[in-house]
Amino acid sequence: MIRVQDLAKHFKVHKRPPGLVSAMRSLVRRTYETVKAVDGVSFTIERGERVGFLGPNGAGKTTTLKVLSGLLHPSTGTVDVEGFTPHKRETRFLEAITLVMGQKSQLIWDLPPAETYAMNRAIFDVPVAKFDQTLDELTQLLDLGPLLQKPTRQLSLGERMKCELAAALLHGPTTLFLDEPTIGLDVAMQVAVRDFVRDYNQRHESTVLLTSHYMDDVVELCPRIIVIDHGRIIHDGDLRGLIKQMDPDKRVSFTTTDTEPDFSKLGTVMKRDGQRFTLRVAEAEIPAVVGQLLGPLKVVDLAIEDPPLEDVLRDMFGKAKPP
Amino acid sequence: MPTLLRIGVSETVAYRGEFLIWMLTTTMPLVMLGLFTSVAKTGNFKEYSSADFVAYYLAILIVRNLTGSWVAWQISEEIRMGTMSMRLLRPIHPFTAIAAGHVAAIPFRAVISVPVAVILLVTSGAQSLTTDPLQLALLLPSLALSWLITFAFLFALGCLAFFVTKAMALMNLYFLLFSLLSGYLLPIPLLPHWLRVVSEYSPFRFMLSVPVELMTKAMSTTEALVLMAAQAGWAVATLGLALGLWRAGVKKFEAVGN
Repeated sequence: MIRVQDLAKHFKVHKRPPGLVSAMRSLVRRTYETVKAVDGVSFTIERGERVGFLGPNGAGKTTTLKVLSGLLHPSTGTVDVEGFTPHKRETRFLEAITLVMGQKSQLIWDLPPAETYAMNRAIFDVPVAKFDQTLDELTQLLDLGPLLQKPTRQLSLGERMKCELAAALLHGPTTLFLDEPTIGLDVAMQVAVRDFVRDYNQRHESTVLLTSHYMDDVVELCPRIIVIDHGRIIHDGDLRGLIKQMDPDKRVSFTTTDTEPDFSKLGTVMKRDGQRFTLRVAEAEIPAVVGQLLGPLKVVDLAIEDPPLEDVLRDMFGKAKPP
Repeated sequence: MPTLLRIGVSETVAYRGEFLIWMLTTTMPLVMLGLFTSVAKTGNFKEYSSADFVAYYLAILIVRNLTGSWVAWQISEEIRMGTMSMRLLRPIHPFTAIAAGHVAAIPFRAVISVPVAVILLVTSGAQSLTTDPLQLALLLPSLALSWLITFAFLFALGCLAFFVTKAMALMNLYFLLFSLLSGYLLPIPLLPHWLRVVSEYSPFRFMLSVPVELMTKAMSTTEALVLMAAQAGWAVATLGLALGLWRAGVKKFEAVGN
């Protein structure tokens, strides 16, 4: 379980305009500004939940994850993860959590992943039998067999990410902080990682807090999302609820054979790609519009969908103003 | 711990090129050896004979090889690049984890230079070496303390990267003081009086000169034991400094990048 109350993390940043004169001036007198990376965030996540943490670049997602995993001391506020105060980094806390950062590696660069695993086993004091069993399981699920003895530097990005995941999970953590775990991976690998995370969550009833720029990761994995912007939470709830709240209209897509079609009376035409149209239609009008389309207008391949999450978030971040 | 040492050995073997360069850069004592043996050719220089210089600089080479450390660069780079984050996620103090890696590297670092230096020392400078059993018995603990003082001092220096962005600029200052005050360039008795006093009250002498003094200088039992006690005191002090700076620094850690 994760409890965050009024969390703030401020950084003091040295500020200097470009140019030689200001460079010389900064030698004598430095000006600083305070960046409020996280500014009064509160939420609770129950054990076993999978929560997506969304926001534009610089919104405060990664900073929050770093505070939750004990890497950063909060400026103010309280944080409780599985009954521990993260920044104290007690051994039992570190054994209970893991942080996977897509852009940072914990694998020893010049040695095969098997060596990092052996080191983690020793450091986390995992009994050999349990370690072997977990590694077997992870090797099977992530198809690591051929990678274990290859030096990390010779692995592809996707292979390395799979090995990173295994390294992060070998000690059997019950809270997973995943920061962009699928960054740079191809679609097939993204799907594999997603499936793996879902499977791990269900098997171990672990708590998952995930950030990702790939909306598919969030849509597929997280029934609940927390949206953060300018260091503040602007939505906390289920994905469908957010979409409904931000844009309650549906997207109706279909293909027509009509050579001069005019669908403007049925809804707002959002997209036309040859004979394929996408209309924006209020939910209450869906039955009537669909009746028209499938009846007199004889369209085919009709699909009714929620607005894409990307569009909803773009609108949302566009509207949010910095405090 | 055995696993950490084993991984340290594997890493050392993987970085063999880097270690060869490291080994070659610790040959400064040989340059000084050449210089001072030619100075002492026509007679003693101060109280040092040519054989004394041979014994002194070869002993310096051996101790430097066994106790030198690059931990300050390692830590400051990990802090600057944000990779320190990964260490903080493991339930082992980075001091212990990094120390294990460095201890594992010692035999590899010394594998060529130390046997050569020992052979030279015994053949050319034997008459200047001590035969006192107490001093010989104290040599190994003194080497271990030298290693610890050097490692802890440089660990503390590396931790300054938590507070200032380019902490490694201070390394130049460190190396200047170390070269001058540890006996690396000159035997401490050859320093001007005031520098000698500074050296005796600085940790630098205890990083390098003390084991060399135990190997090459005739000293009374009391003198040897006092020296060892002072060295142990510096080990505790530098260890406290390293751990204190680490604790204060981690609070300021910004885990940059990503």
